[in-house]
Amino acid sequence: MKTLVGKFESFTDLEQYRSALKDRAAGVDCVIRVCCGPGCIPKGASKVYEAFRQAAEEADDKTVSVVPKLTGCQGLCECGPIVTLDPGGIFYQHVQEGDVAEIWRESVLGSGVVDRLLHHDEKTGQAARTTEGVPFYQGHQRIALALCGVIDARSIDDYIAAGGYQALAKALGSMKPEEVLDEVYRSGLRGRGGGGFLTGRKWRSAREAHGEPKFVIANGDEGDPGAFMDRALMEGAPHAVIEGMIIGGYAIGSSNGYIYVRDEYPIAVQRLRDAVAKAREMGLLGENILGSGFSFDIRISRGGGAFVCGESTALMASLEGRVGEPRAKYVHTVEFGFRNKPSLLNNVETWANVPAIIGRGADWFAGIGTAKSKGTKVFSLVGKVKNTGLVEVPMGMTLRQIIYQIGGGIRGDRPFKAVQTGGPSGGCIPAAYLDEAVDFDRLTELGSMMGSGGMIVMDEDTCMVNIARYFLRFLKEESCGKCTPCREGIAQMLHILDEIVGGRGTSGDLERLQELAVLLEDTALCALGKTAANPVLSTVRYFRDEYQEHIENHRCPAKECRGLFRYQIDAAACTGCGVCRKKCPVEAITGKKKEPHLIDADKCTNCGTCFDVCRFAAVKKV
Amino acid sequence: MSQPQLGPPPTCQSPEHTCGVSVVHEIIERYGGNPEMLIPMMQDIQAAEGYLPREHLRTLGRELGVPLSRIYGVATFYAAFRLQPKGKHTITLCMGTVCYLKGADQISAVIQDEFQVKPGGTSPDRKFTFAPVNCLGACALAPVMVVDGEYFGGLSASSAVDILQKIASSKKPSEAVAKADAKQKTAAQKNGRGSQNP
Repeated sequence: MKTLVGKFESFTDLEQYRSALKDRAAGVDCVIRVCCGPGCIPKGASKVYEAFRQAAEEADDKTVSVVPKLTGCQGLCECGPIVTLDPGGIFYQHVQEGDVAEIWRESVLGSGVVDRLLHHDEKTGQAARTTEGVPFYQGHQRIALALCGVIDARSIDDYIAAGGYQALAKALGSMKPEEVLDEVYRSGLRGRGGGGFLTGRKWRSAREAHGEPKFVIANGDEGDPGAFMDRALMEGAPHAVIEGMIIGGYAIGSSNGYIYVRDEYPIAVQRLRDAVAKAREMGLLGENILGSGFSFDIRISRGGGAFVCGESTALMASLEGRVGEPRAKYVHTVEFGFRNKPSLLNNVETWANVPAIIGRGADWFAGIGTAKSKGTKVFSLVGKVKNTGLVEVPMGMTLRQIIYQIGGGIRGDRPFKAVQTGGPSGGCIPAAYLDEAVDFDRLTELGSMMGSGGMIVMDEDTCMVNIARYFLRFLKEESCGKCTPCREGIAQMLHILDEIVGGRGTSGDLERLQELAVLLEDTALCALGKTAANPVLSTVRYFRDEYQEHIENHRCPAKECRGLFRYQIDAAACTGCGVCRKKCPVEAITGKKKEPHLIDADKCTNCGTCFDVCRFAAVKKV
Repeated sequence: MSQPQLGPPPTCQSPEHTCGVSVVHEIIERYGGNPEMLIPMMQDIQAAEGYLPREHLRTLGRELGVPLSRIYGVATFYAAFRLQPKGKHTITLCMGTVCYLKGADQISAVIQDEFQVKPGGTSPDRKFTFAPVNCLGACALAPVMVVDGEYFGGLSASSAVDILQKIASSKKPSEAVAKADAKQKTAAQKNGRGSQNP
């Protein structure tokens, strides 16, 4: 094929290159996609990819052309490493290095499948050959993640072949900046980082703001614990973010882009760096992009591990090399942001939606989702759910569909208790609201929020007071300390929760918590402080009984808070093996060999060692 | 927790930069001497030395015209910066919500107890630096820790300590990993048997 020499100088250059790439792809007999997303890498996916790569390199039969691709997240992290093969869309799970030879023999050279690596239905045991037979994949609609898991995450060629940078060419070639703005506005796209602010309106303000130069910034500082959507996106389809940003720059009249990414995500940093360098090399970034006369470039900036830097003003302070402290927001960052210049900041997922909107039109996008929340949302579905993974579904899908159909329900088929959404600024939603549609406004009404898209499922073993305490402790650590309500208020709330969890709660604690919550919401400087009480408020709202049980009866109904429940040995299940007796640090357990043992409640310190070491599940929490 | 102190000078092993100054100069050069790039420069210094040595920060401040107080402010504000040298191994323990639900707190407690190390600190024998982080984004493996780049998922308090003790005593890290894997498999079988502590 014709290889690219130098830069694309026109839209035709790009299209010619794309069709050459497609011709090349048509000659490929087999594509092997090895998921190297956040869930699969720790399970050994890199070795699996390497094995396929070597096999392809050393294959004797050169007439068969096989292309192994290292892809971003393919979704079902629970069953990783995942490998999919085309043609046929064969879906393999739990693939290890040792399985590669067999897959190669059966599915690459032959036309069979390796049955033991297929997904088997939990109940019927029936094997699914493709993702169509895997319940987890039903109902997904990928827009932001459209190419994540499909293309080789490191390859700009793959991105271009799949239609990448087509939207950019369309915007630069046939649309005025106002028209681009209009399209984004009409699509109804709202900020995916948490706030849900109308993206088009933000863009318009940035365009209308006075001051030069203007800046375009992507927020990749995904700090919510239990969330890895942005990481998956930046690692799996970095060019989607870059393309969105260039279009944004064109719309508002900016030539300077920054991507702020967490330093804890080294692969994402590397992928973005490489992607930017490659795009620059090919003339998709830099001066006179595609011969349009428009210039734009991007720099990558790494965060320093501070949650508050996900807040827009703190992020900009951090970009300027300062301590990441937020400032009052009545001065809008679209007017006075980074370097005190007009700055347009969007979450990376928001940016990744932009090429699709421009490419396929605002009407198409606005046709997906609910009345006020358009498009799709990426969630990381985690916690005590059977299928941990990354899902992108249309707005308006119910929590039940996401947790039970896609997620497969609760681990061990235990009863569902609550789902936590929105990270530390969000809240816990109980079972009564499982049939609620998930969109920005409904989640807010329920006392939680969309946030960046973490969805943490909890079963009956999770104590709601303790989970509220977890988030408060997190926020206390992450509070920057600039404003007093946040610095002192969260600490006080945490103190009260510590007392409750420790069995020292007193009547009036709930009122004090609520008073502090109102104070924080009214007076804290930034969203971190203003929403800090949400985890407490939502759990008090839905699980008041549980708080009262802790405070009044010093009991933890979920049996999680140490000291607020006891351990007992079930005489029927105890085999008298003596392991717990030997391991008990305070010699509280007595009993003869092969006879049921007994815990002396007076001596027991509730350390839980017996519970952990018992191999017969005879130690119970009561 | 006591205020962090500026660390001791580095024990430099490279003949080219006995005092560390040339490292800093090279890094400043990399970013065109732009004080706005202070954080990336500090990240690079830490990548080169394992921590932020006092002399390096002084040099950096002098060259960029940024007061040391501000550099110290940045160094102590961001969790990723260290003012003390690192241990031989780094334990990155995920404290994200999912890991917490599945017992990361207990794991953190036993690690601190067993190796006499505080979060962000280094054990007295310099074997381990303990770095709990907000979230590693590897929720499918919760509770999870990373030791020197190697992931260990599905931990319990006891299996975490076992793994670390083996890493501490093992000459070949891979051996420790293999043993730990076997151990985890037994633990997984055990957990599969029904209601059990997460």
